[in-house]
Parts: sequence; C-alpha cells; structure tokens
Amino acid sequence: MKTMTHKTTTVAALAGAALLMTGCEMPIGIETEQTGYRGLGMEQVTKRHLEAMKRSGMEIPEPERPAAAAGPLAGDIYENVKVLGDLNISEFNRLMNAITAWVSPEEGCNYCHTPGNFADENVYTKIVSRRMLEMTYTINQEWTAHVGETGVTCYTCHMGNPVPENIWYEDPGMQQAGGFAASRMGQNLAGTNVASSSLPNDVFTPFLQGDEPKNIRITPRTSLPMGDNPYNLMDAEWVHGLMIHFSVALGANCTTCHNTNNFPEWETSPPQRVTAWHGIELVRALNNQYLNPLQPEYPDYRLGPLGDAPKTNCATCHNGLQLPLDRAQMLKDYPELNRVNHRGDQPAATTSAAADDAATAAEG
Amino acid sequence: MAEYQNIFNRVQVQAEPEAGVPLPNGDRERIGKPLLFYWAGKLGNAQIGPIYLGWTGLASILFGLIAILIIGFNFLAQVNWDVIQFIRQLFWLGLEPPQAEYGLGIPPLAEGGWWLMAGFFLTTSILLWWVRVYRRARALNLGTHVAWAFAAAIFLYLSLGFFRPILMGDWSEAVPFGIFPHLDWTTAFSLKYGNLYYNPFHMLCIAFLYGSAVLFAMHGATVLAVGRYGGEREIEQITDRGTASDRAMLFWRWTMGFNATMESIHRWAWWFAVLVPITGGIGILLTGTVVDNWYLWAIDHGVAPSYPIVHPNVVDPATLQGMSQ
Repeated sequence: MKTMTHKTTTVAALAGAALLMTGCEMPIGIETEQTGYRGLGMEQVTKRHLEAMKRSGMEIPEPERPAAAAGPLAGDIYENVKVLGDLNISEFNRLMNAITAWVSPEEGCNYCHTPGNFADENVYTKIVSRRMLEMTYTINQEWTAHVGETGVTCYTCHMGNPVPENIWYEDPGMQQAGGFAASRMGQNLAGTNVASSSLPNDVFTPFLQGDEPKNIRITPRTSLPMGDNPYNLMDAEWVHGLMIHFSVALGANCTTCHNTNNFPEWETSPPQRVTAWHGIELVRALNNQYLNPLQPEYPDYRLGPLGDAPKTNCATCHNGLQLPLDRAQMLKDYPELNRVNHRGDQPAATTSAAADDAATAAEG
Repeated sequence: MAEYQNIFNRVQVQAEPEAGVPLPNGDRERIGKPLLFYWAGKLGNAQIGPIYLGWTGLASILFGLIAILIIGFNFLAQVNWDVIQFIRQLFWLGLEPPQAEYGLGIPPLAEGGWWLMAGFFLTTSILLWWVRVYRRARALNLGTHVAWAFAAAIFLYLSLGFFRPILMGDWSEAVPFGIFPHLDWTTAFSLKYGNLYYNPFHMLCIAFLYGSAVLFAMHGATVLAVGRYGGEREIEQITDRGTASDRAMLFWRWTMGFNATMESIHRWAWWFAVLVPITGGIGILLTGTVVDNWYLWAIDHGVAPSYPIVHPNVVDPATLQGMSQ
C-alpha cells in the first residue's frame, strides 16, 4: 500500500514537472523548418493553432467586374475629383465600389461622403482617404523593394475595417507619481507592443517617425573598443523592443532576418533582412509624409492621448503574417490604383483650407 | 530495511533542543527559545533557533530593509500609488540606474538617484552579512570556506553593478533592480556587446555552473547510496576495505575509471561553485572595457568557426549607392 502511494506520488510529480516544462503551452502542433546552415539554429518555428488564429478573420474579397475601357473622365464629370481624375467614370466607380467593400462595408459610401452631395469636402474621412490613395500609389510605385510585385491595396491594412486594427499613437504610459519618485524611463510595464516584456514600451515614437529617428545599429563593429561607440545599454534595450515588435507583427523569429551568432552582420543574414530594412524606411516615410501631416484633419476622437495622428508600424499591414494576406494578388486586379495623380509629399496641411474653398464652390 | 537502522534516514527525533557550543567571551548569547517544527524537519533540521544576529546581523537587516523599501516605494510611485497595479505589474516594475548623460555623477533622485541609494544600502547590507558569516565561522572555530564562497558571489554582484560601471565611466551600464527589467538588461547586454556566448569567461562560467549541478548530483547520490554502510563516516572509513567509502570509490572507478576521494570531492564541489561567479565576473568586467564585440573577438582568435554563406547576395542596403530612399 505504501509503495503504491509512493508510485502515485512519483507519477503525479513527473506529470506535473512535464506540464511545467512545457510552459503551459501544448507541446503539439509546433513545426520547425531549417532555414540556414546546420548547427546555427537557423530555423523558423510555427505554431499551427496560432497560424489558424491569425487567419481566422481573413477573407480575400472577390475582384469587382472589370470596368469599361472607354468613357468620359471622372475628373470632367464629377466635382472635386482631385487624385482620380484620370480614370474614366466606369473605372472610377469600380474603384469606389471596391474601396467601400475594403474599408467601410457596413457604413457604405456615407462613411466618406455626404449623402446626396458626394462632392462635399467637409467629411474628414474623404480628405484622409484621398491622401491614402496617394499613399497606396507611392508604396506600389516607389517601394517595390519592400512590397515587390504583390503591392498593396486598401484592403491590405483595412481588411474591412474603417480604421485598420493595428495602428499606433505616441504612448505616455500609465501615470506616474512624479516629483522625487523614480521615473520608469519609458519602460518597465508589461508592454503590449513588446510582447509583454518590460522593455521600453513605446518603441515606435523614437524609431518610426521624425527627421532623425533613433539609430537601430548599436552593436560595435570592431572587436576591441575604439572609444567611438556612442551607444549604451539603454539604446540596446530600445532596439531590442523594436525588434520584438517586428517579430510579433510578422509572426517571425529573430532568425527570419538574422544569423543570431552575430546580429549586425549582413553577409551571413537571410535575404529577408534586406526586405525588412526597406520596410523600416517605408514605415518612416509613410508616417512622416502621409500620416502625421493628416493630424489637423482628424476629429479629436481619432487622435491619440497626446493629440497625435494614428500611424503605421509593421503590424498595420502584416497583421501577424510574414506575407500580408498570404501574398494575395489583389493589386493586379485593380490597375486603377496605379493611375492616381500624386500631389506631392505633404499636401495634407493645406487640404483644410482647400476643402473650405471647395465646399463653398460646390453645387448645392 | 527499516529506516532507523540507517544513520542516514528521515526519522525525526523529538528531544530537548540543541543549544549549541558555548560562545567566546564577549559575544552575546544566542536569543530565542528554540522550537521543533515538524514540516521544517521534512526539509532539514526540525529545530528552529536560537539565533544570533549581533550588531552586524542587525545592521545588515536594517540596511537591506532600507534598500527594499526604496525599491518598493519607487515601484509603487511608478504606478501612481495604485496598489492593484503594483501587484499586477510587480514582476515588470524596475528601478533604473541613471542615464548615460550623468556619467558617474550624482543624478536627480527621479533619474537614477534612488537607484544609487538603493545600491548603496543593499551593498552595505550584503557586506555586513558577509562580515557576520565570517565572524560566526570564527566564533565556532570553523574554517571560513562559506564566507569566501559568499565573497565570490559578492564579487560578481559588485562587478555587475559597481566595478564595471566605474570602468565604463557610466552608471547607466549597471543592472536595474526588478525581476523582468534585470532579465531584459541581460539580453540587451549580450546584444549590445556582440553576443556574450562567445565570451570565453562566460563559457567557463556556464561550464562551472552545469558542472556544479552534476557534481552535486553525483556526490549526493553516492553518499545516499552508501548510507547503508555508514557512508556518513567518510573520513574515518577512507582506508578500510569494504567500507562505504571504499565501495563508493570503487563504484566510480568501475563506471568511469577515476574517482574523487571522500575529501577531494568536497574541494571539487567548492571550487566549481566558487568559480561560477568568479569567471562570470571576469567575463563581465572585460565586456565593453577590453572587448567591444565578443563574436568578432572570437573570429579574430579562432574561437568561433566560420560557416558557409547560404545566401551569397545579401548586402547592407544602407551602403548601396543610388538608393531612392
């Protein structure tokens, strides 16, 4: 009897230890694919249940029927067509229908238009969406190093939501006592941006916007100290936090882009790192040239706690996938998106005034 | 075999508590009425107390308490005195050292001043406890092996938070107080200095750490295994054939061709354990001061092998001419 009890205890202890060691995660459905030279841990780990979860809300909309090839230009027929004036009205209406399905399927046309007066410029969403069309055009024309031939459409980020699910604002963090009490120095809370680590929480503000974003390359490139390395351990924590965001946003491992024996070395890195580098540049450009300048257009409830405009990071398009929408080829069905009249880098600041004029001029 | 027939057994003898050997002249008495605690006996000795704190013990506890209060109240202030958030975020909260701009100077309280103070009180507390460990060993006419092992751990602690920041000229290089913050510091440290795994002293530190675990398991298992022959009488049996010690040594000679002796196994274990923080501390002190990137250092010195390039066309895009962005 006593032996039985001992055995039961032992079995229970072993089972408990096994459970503890798996870290509360089911040890099944995890796949590892080797992606580099053997012995270096160059591998991509995927978890089946996570992959399924990330795709649970993902449906690729059927393409609209092709537009008629000829017809009067939208810019000649409709009022206030500023960036899509070169499309014929058939193409123009096709694209409008597609955008409605991509961005505001429930709210419909009226999300951006005044019912009965589609020329009205007083709806902020119209001003923003016009700029977004220019942004989409720029991404597809100038950033093929990141988006390739697949490109992006409104749906890449919006996925049927008027506001994409993954956007960011500058984050002041939880209130602190102030006074003499020690500052958190922007870190040391369970940060959702950084996978619940206590790394610096708002890793986007310093790295992904501004004229002089914080430098990511902090590891010395010489074996011995030369006395010229301006970076310290806090810089390393900030960069580490940003990299955690990349990893979560793409469902990628460190080894997707790096050979982890020497993170800064390009020669031994997988080619995805080059794509990612262009992605960082892309996100900075989009925030600086398109999203931040739209700040005056937004109503207060669309602004962040510090009054800044909603902005993009890797997760905005990637939504947890290394290839957004699993590389669905949506752009090729919408050549209209490649015929946007781009109005220059930062016209948004002037659009409010322009909108007022246009509204005055618009037909009643 | 019934448990009581083996001197190594789990039987708890309930008797008059042991008062301990007399203390040297001038020392205070041990205080507190000893008690026997059954569940403590399941882990170690059932007898709790009497204890001897002396002034070093009392001062150590006082200084330690101040350090913990400084850290704790700053944590609480960081969540705006919200007790619920304090509990919720406890593992994430941290008290950070001063930013690099302050160098080794005295920063404002909110920007690292509290960290310096907490560090001072905690270090004083630890050093006082070391004095106490040393002096209690002498008071019992023991060797001071425990104190020197403890000193090795203190060396690592001071290397991380005191010696190395001074060598780097900058308190910001030191470790923050906090559960996850100090772990994040560790990762950042390795990332910043080109992968600590290629630091040979880090390698030694790991080897001694794992080695300590193996030695501990081997010795514990060996002594328990020969308990039925009186294995606890290690030294007195050492030259007698057929005794517990003789069988234990024979066992290891049979299984791996070599054996430690009943005396030397304890020196093996002590040195392995003590060399963990000593080699680790040296590795820390060399990082950023003598070596800036351990991977590149390891390549320079033939420590790290070079692997075939799998993707030959990967070039740093920032170095390419004519980039549009």
